[in-house]
Amino acid sequence: MAEAVFFYLFTGAMLAAAWSVVFNRQPLYSVLSLLVVMFCLAALFVMLQAYFVAALQVLLYAGAVLVLFLFVIMLLNLAPEALARMRVFTWQGGGALLGLWLAFLLARIFAASAQDEGALSAASAPRGSVEAVGQLLFEKYLIPFELTSFIILAAIIGAVTLGKREVPAKR
Amino acid sequence: MITLTHYLLASALLFAIGVVGVLTRRNVLMILLCIELMFNAANLAFVAYARALGDTGGQIIVFFIIAVAAAEVTVGLAITILLSRQFKTLNADEVSFLKW
Repeated sequence: MAEAVFFYLFTGAMLAAAWSVVFNRQPLYSVLSLLVVMFCLAALFVMLQAYFVAALQVLLYAGAVLVLFLFVIMLLNLAPEALARMRVFTWQGGGALLGLWLAFLLARIFAASAQDEGALSAASAPRGSVEAVGQLLFEKYLIPFELTSFIILAAIIGAVTLGKREVPAKR
Repeated sequence: MITLTHYLLASALLFAIGVVGVLTRRNVLMILLCIELMFNAANLAFVAYARALGDTGGQIIVFFIIAVAAAEVTVGLAITILLSRQFKTLNADEVSFLKW
């Protein structure tokens, strides 16, 4: 019972905040709404017993990625009028496409839940503690884990190269 | 009783909201934010399945997704700064020099 209450509470808050991310006029408010989405998602992860992932969500997403967004928005200091413009022209096409996509997703979900009743059994639940995840990460998934460092390195080099590029001097 | 279906529905709705944002917003920054929303919807689905199938591997995938998302955001924001510095615009429709 308590589980259902918390699920609907956090999911409702998450979806409302996500809606606010998309339809807010000020990008600053959008980023802060995304922060709410991240925290509600972390709460859902805790309910799914993924404690380490929930901590990562707060530390990495809320702590690093969103701060980056905030820095850039404040650095650019754009006129709010230019930011508020929406692509009204694609509303109809986007709506149709989105309706189809959502219907497809829901059909797949209900088809899957019809096969097994989808109950989250407590017995076979994996423990999402740091120990369990770390054990798996450094044994079974060691090579992908090491390869992530290349992605991060490539991103760092790319960002620095892009950021250092000078506007070509006019002759 | 909250089942796997509930979590998948929440994930699908979150993803759909992200798609709406990418399709309707013009600002490059807002498109990046909406891509983050879609990443998070995928994360939720992965964690829900990890719980339902009793396999911690789903949580490892989320770790990798977060790493890739961080890399994507770094490069994306660098490009955004370049756009505003050189072209004085963040409108995705105005930046179409690669189209013919």
